[in-house]
Amino acid sequence: MNQTRRNVLRAGGGAGLLAVLAAAGFVAPKVAMAADWNKAAFEGKTVQDAFKALGAGAPANSGDIVMKAPDIAENGAVVPIGIESKIPGTESIALLIEKNPSPLAASFDIPAGTELSVTTRVKMAETSNVYALVKANGKYFVAKKEVKVTLGGCGG
Amino acid sequence: MADPMRIRAVSKDGVVNVKVLMSHEMETGQRKDAAGKVVPAHFIQSVTATWQGKTVLSAQWGPSVSKNPYLEFNFKGGQKGEKLQVTWTDSKGDKRTDEATIN
Repeated sequence: MNQTRRNVLRAGGGAGLLAVLAAAGFVAPKVAMAADWNKAAFEGKTVQDAFKALGAGAPANSGDIVMKAPDIAENGAVVPIGIESKIPGTESIALLIEKNPSPLAASFDIPAGTELSVTTRVKMAETSNVYALVKANGKYFVAKKEVKVTLGGCGG
Repeated sequence: MADPMRIRAVSKDGVVNVKVLMSHEMETGQRKDAAGKVVPAHFIQSVTATWQGKTVLSAQWGPSVSKNPYLEFNFKGGQKGEKLQVTWTDSKGDKRTDEATIN
């Protein structure tokens, strides 16, 4: 990480961040969006907002969701996270990072025949709880794990 | 046009393990450049993997996904020699599709 990046991290905090978010929201409608992209869910500012926009409401905690994530991530720009659901009838898996500016990072639709497991890499602004939200048979389940970040990866 | 994706699809015991590495900046819209100007958001919003015309995985992504995104999943039924396509669409409406042969 170079020095510029650190300046950016500092400058990006507080009021500047809010202004940026507002600007992004204002500009967004002009951009060609993917048709099925759930804008409300991705722009939700809290985990609860995102749950609501995904239609999850208050999901039940479940021990049948296995999350593979590091306890400590040295570089917040690249945090490998794998989610595996052992709940039969799983239709979709969403990944949320509580302290990111917009918690919802990714949502995967799992058709029949595909194993109930995905792995990807995400950015994390700071140490945060990571949530795995699973939709199975119309019901929502959630599991969480805290990942400590030593160097943030969201430039904000 | 963005660089090609690197796709590896390996069949073992009737299950195909797919690993995809995409080449994309994944700008969050929160970062500022050296002049203090905000770098506009530009990230992959949707990803679809298809095998024999059937969608085997579809995903919606936000800007929190890392630069040069990585994705791994498994699906049942693919045979060696068959093709797998992966398509992404980003927030500027750019698209890219790449194809790989299952090994």
